[in-house]
Order: sequence, then structure tokens, then C-alpha cells
Amino acid sequence: MSRHDSYPLFDLAKANVPDDLCPVATVVSPMLPGDWRSMRPVVNRDKCVKCAVCWLYCPVQCVEEHAAWFDFNLKTCKGCGICANECPQRAITMIAEAT
Amino acid sequence: MSFQPVKFYQTGTFTVGNRLLPPEERSVQASTKRFNSINSGHRACQGCGEALGARYAIDAAMEAADGQVIAANATGCLEVFSTPYPETSWQIPWIHSLFGNTAAVATGIAAALKVKGLTQNPKTRVVAQGGDGGTTDIGFGCLSGMFERNDDVLYICYDNGGYMNTGVQRSSATPPAARTATTMAVGLEPGNVFGQGKFLPAIAMAHNIPYVATATVADLRDLEAKVTRAMELRGARYIHILVPCPLGWGTASHDTIKMARLAKETGIFPVFEAEYGEVKAVLAIRRPLPVEDYLRPQKRYAHLFGKTPAVETIAHIQALADKNIRKYGLQARKEGH
Repeated sequence: MSRHDSYPLFDLAKANVPDDLCPVATVVSPMLPGDWRSMRPVVNRDKCVKCAVCWLYCPVQCVEEHAAWFDFNLKTCKGCGICANECPQRAITMIAEAT
Repeated sequence: MSFQPVKFYQTGTFTVGNRLLPPEERSVQASTKRFNSINSGHRACQGCGEALGARYAIDAAMEAADGQVIAANATGCLEVFSTPYPETSWQIPWIHSLFGNTAAVATGIAAALKVKGLTQNPKTRVVAQGGDGGTTDIGFGCLSGMFERNDDVLYICYDNGGYMNTGVQRSSATPPAARTATTMAVGLEPGNVFGQGKFLPAIAMAHNIPYVATATVADLRDLEAKVTRAMELRGARYIHILVPCPLGWGTASHDTIKMARLAKETGIFPVFEAEYGEVKAVLAIRRPLPVEDYLRPQKRYAHLFGKTPAVETIAHIQALADKNIRKYGLQARKEGH
């Protein structure tokens, strides 16, 4: 099963939605844009104070909470670097993906 | 991929989640029950301000309306990156209208809800959203009609200063001197012409509607508070959110929040809220920065900083920013004066 397989959100017939009026999107976006990335965020776990600024400013919500630090879901992280720029503790660095 | 709940529990500092506040005063973003209205599979560019702004605006609206929100969306970046058929990133009821008629579609939804008796119990609310092209240019007639009829719709405009989705063409919200695909940096007046375009919040205020506000994605708490306030009121409400666009503005993708912050701190984009045509509150600037700080990182203003810097043009933009500061009283007063 490839990761681009779709998962139906709801059954049109069951929901009693007429399916001939207009196109109805029935699939919650399965795209994982992690492969767009050229730079990857890396968290310095000693510096992270869990202020959650990265969590708030991340446009794709790829930030996940761990017990004592925040980490990134690299399947959805597009590598924009907003988190590294906004982190008040400078705990996040962007490193090139190739290395 | 099924429904994506929020994975994070408690947020931190004042900037963001205000852990120190009592639970009822915390913002929506700090909540464990946030709705996460756009999931993370959308196709927005790296560092997209619109994806961020839309998520917070709609999350705040969902929170204020107990999850009973229907959204209408004009064509534009927001629609294109979130819903390539048959996929959708929206975890709320959402309809895509034409480019220009989202205000009319939202009016229709609001009217249908009224007829069906769904405005009281449950209190279903309608949100219309569009980019600056679909709002200030193409959808302006429908939007003005919606304001004039005072329909119970919250209209949110995500202003990135152009038609970024079709290849960065000029819209009437493009700032002066900015280079776009249709206002190239050539000739005697390179970039967009001074004195053209419109500032839609002022036009909305002239309609005497209950609530008009502007916000940026740099201050998400402010943005949330404004959406929450707008949802408390009935009638036509309008919120204008500045969302930097790394592609169209030619900024680095990690500078999105910084550019939004600079737009506010220089006075180029006044952040205020108004009720019934009167400015009630502004987000004050402690020390206004020179507009050059805001212009220099953007490639769309690169022609101002060539071998012969366009000092006069920069001074003109500075004058516009100063005028904004004077007009809306943005400068914070010093203590003891």
C-alpha cells in the first residue's frame, strides 16, 4: 500500500449528499510534502525549553511534542525554516538534507 | 489519512500560549481541543503565511462558534493548495465558489440557515474567505453588497499583495513600487504605480459594518482575539490579514513571520480594529522602524536598491508609512507625556 493511497472521509450515499450537483472532495489530503525539503530542522534538546513558538508558527503543523523537547514530523515538514528563525532559545538549526 | 487531531498538549510563553494565564483566558492555540481546521497535507509553498493565517483564523472561529462553522472560499492560493479534487485539507464544511462571488455564496448560505432555523440552535455561523485578488478586485461588488445588506457573515481576506497563485500579477492590494509580473521594474516609474490601489479595511469601515479589523500572522494571539471578537457580533464583519508570500515577495521562506512583523513595525500595514466605522484600538508601535528595513529583504523591491538607490521612491514609501502612523495613531505614547 503506497503512502499516496486515499482514505475515504465519508460515504456520499450514506450521508445522503447528492453526488451530481457539484464535485465533492471526499479524501482528506494524503500528501506528505516532506520530500520537498532541502534543509532539515534539528533540535538541540538541551536548549529547548518547550516554549512552543515553533509549534505555533509552523505553517504545516509538523511540530510534535516529546517529553522534554519538541521535534518535527519529517514526513510533512517542508523545511521552510520559520521555526529556526523564530525560536527564542536558538535551539533549532537547519542542516542540509544531503549531509 | 483520517481526521488529524492536534497532537500537542500545553503551550508556553505569552507570545503564544500563555501557560501562566487561567485556563479560561488562554487562547485557542493553547487549547488541547483545538480544531485543526486545515490538516498538514496541503500543498502550500514552504513558509506560506496564508496557510498559517487561515488555520488560526478558522480555528478561532470554530472555537467561538462551538464547531458550527461553514466556510465559503474564493478561488485563490488558499483554495488551490488546500483542495485539489478529490482531496481536501479542510476538516470543516467548506465550499469553493467562483473567484468573485464568495461573499454572495456566503450570503446565500447565511440566508438558507436563517430559513431553516439553524441560526439559533445550533448556532451555525458562516465564514467567507478569499485572497486579496478575489476580495479587492474581482469580488469587490459582491463584497460591498454583503456589507451593505449587513448579512451575518465574517469575511476574512488574506492579503499577500497580488495574484501569487497565477504567477504574481498585480492586484489592487499590491503596494506601490512593488515589482510584479504585470508591473515590471522598467521605465521611469519602475514597479507598481504610486497612488493606485485601495486599502479595503477603510472601504469596509465606510460601509458602517459592525466590525472591521486588520491583523498580521506575526501576532497570532492578536489575530485570534480579533476573530473571536468578530464572532461575538452579528452582521457583516471583515478581517484583513497580511500574509507574507515568499514566492511573490521574493523573501526567504524562513522570513515570513519577520516580514509580517516588519510590515507592522514600520507602519506600512496598520493593525487596528474598528466598530461601526470608528477605530477602537490599534496595535501600537513602540519605535517605528525605517521602511528600508522592510523593503530591503524583498526581491520585489530590489530595483530600489540597485547601483543608484531610488532615494526618492523610498522616501515616498516612508511618507506613506508615516501617514499611516499619524492617521491611526500607531505610535505608542511615552510614559509621563
